[in-house]
Amino acid sequence: MITPLPPGIQLEKVDDRIMTLNVGPQHPGSGHMRLIIKVDGDYIVSCDPDPGYVHRGEEKMAEYRNYIQNIPHLERPVIHDSCNILYPYCLAVEDLLGLEVPERAKYIRVIASELNRCVYTLYWLAIYGIFLGHSTMFMWPVGDREFCIDLLEAMSGARVTHAYFVPGGVRNDLPANFEERCLRQIDYFEKRLKQYEDIFYQNPVLKQRTEGTGVLSRMDAIRLGTTGSVLRSAGVDFDVRKKEPYDVYDNLDFQTQVLKEGDSYARSRVPYLDMLESCRIIKDALKKMPKSGSVRTKLKPNPKGGNDEVYRRVESGRGSLGMYVVSDGKPEPYRVKISVGSFRNLICMPYLLKGEKLGNMPAVYWSLNYWPVEADR
Amino acid sequence: MSSETTIDEKSSETVETKPEIAKKEITPVVEPKFEKSLAEKVVSKFGTIVTIGFIKPNRIRINAKKENILDVATFIRDELNFDHAESVTGVDYPKSKEIEVVYHLGSYTEPQLAKQVLTLATRVPREDIPNPGHDSTRMPSLRDVFYSVEFHERECFEMLGVYFDGHPDNRRLLLPEDWADIPPFRKDFGIKGR
Repeated sequence: MITPLPPGIQLEKVDDRIMTLNVGPQHPGSGHMRLIIKVDGDYIVSCDPDPGYVHRGEEKMAEYRNYIQNIPHLERPVIHDSCNILYPYCLAVEDLLGLEVPERAKYIRVIASELNRCVYTLYWLAIYGIFLGHSTMFMWPVGDREFCIDLLEAMSGARVTHAYFVPGGVRNDLPANFEERCLRQIDYFEKRLKQYEDIFYQNPVLKQRTEGTGVLSRMDAIRLGTTGSVLRSAGVDFDVRKKEPYDVYDNLDFQTQVLKEGDSYARSRVPYLDMLESCRIIKDALKKMPKSGSVRTKLKPNPKGGNDEVYRRVESGRGSLGMYVVSDGKPEPYRVKISVGSFRNLICMPYLLKGEKLGNMPAVYWSLNYWPVEADR
Repeated sequence: MSSETTIDEKSSETVETKPEIAKKEITPVVEPKFEKSLAEKVVSKFGTIVTIGFIKPNRIRINAKKENILDVATFIRDELNFDHAESVTGVDYPKSKEIEVVYHLGSYTEPQLAKQVLTLATRVPREDIPNPGHDSTRMPSLRDVFYSVEFHERECFEMLGVYFDGHPDNRRLLLPEDWADIPPFRKDFGIKGR
């Protein structure tokens, strides 16, 4: 007797010529996800991404905790970019509860989220480097990341999972001498970034490997709804910080980085250019920040939102990150949806890998700035 | 002000407090013009088929019936130039026996719409004992209108049990293949210890 298959499992016929490869989920270059790749010789015929190995049900968990209890666990999908994933949540809850954020807290938030963008991008750059066989590009960013982490540790007390943002401001004020320390660090960091350009981005081997690989056209980038560096490397000028400025981004001096090529090289270069802009933003914010003042609006215990819903988005290290919070008048949110850049960019993976050589898979995959844990939530 | 405003012998305190209260009530009612014009375009085309959920700065919500959602979405894409979906969310309402499917639409091509997010929502019937894919919890897929909803709708199908008719690839995405419980984002799926 044949045991019936559980729902969801499908059988398929196998072609002699086509071979199916499971890349992942044990992280041999795929992150914590599986890519079901079919190859004809050396060329990829089709690719079926299979995420979900690190799905933790953050959205479900958020329905059982009140607005403040949700802070530490909602940042778990991207612990390297935790300020940026809490940012839209805090903005949404502030809208729901009608909270005003003090001016100084707005600047501190911007500084923290830009530092966090650097931490994330350096980590991603390290992985991108090592998977292309460039081991120096693994060592350098991981080393430089420590300085940014030290700054964030001084701000929040934690190295990676900061839980620094709260609805109504930030958890605590900046430490003494932070400004001086931060400026010194940023100066050093900008010098280092120039060296990255020389050793990595102008490297002829890297260029040969990534230029013209996995090209995404402008129209496809729009049609597939991609976001972040994937979108901006394909020639679309869209950055939430510029288009829908939140907090004090409209006061600050920076530019959106856009490239036209849409290949792996351009996709890997946009986050690097963003880091340079982050340095500019931090310096500008430190200059314009009020030197003293409150950093947190006091909340009532167990605050309740009305019968309302809010969708707020910010620009994270991987693109637009939206939080959709539905409230039904209770202290807990009725529904929280996290719309993340990684999940939105996942859709273009089958299109980009089709027709590529299998050896170019890591170059395309990691250039998408994809973070499996965030995509699964 | 008319000259006949009655200045009674009432204490001046009440006169002072009145305008403050009035201001607070008036301010949220003012609807932003651009957003209102967008919403009116949809209403003038579809009439009573659609209802406006809310009009806030940079946010519009349009509720449509699931039978008309394809037409409304096509109109929003072609006439209002919203070109991609940012997210698709399912919200479970067990009391009214409905599941709401919410599309958040944005635009990259039209600079005016860059800060707008249009919320297109519809409701599908919900069954107490779900059988995903084989019960009445279904609606037309918007994948042919907005290509970017492909993975979002797959997620909504496995997490809420809403089947999307016409979707080319109605498989599970995040959940394990042998998941045999009810869709986990429904309200009657509890978390241990909570």
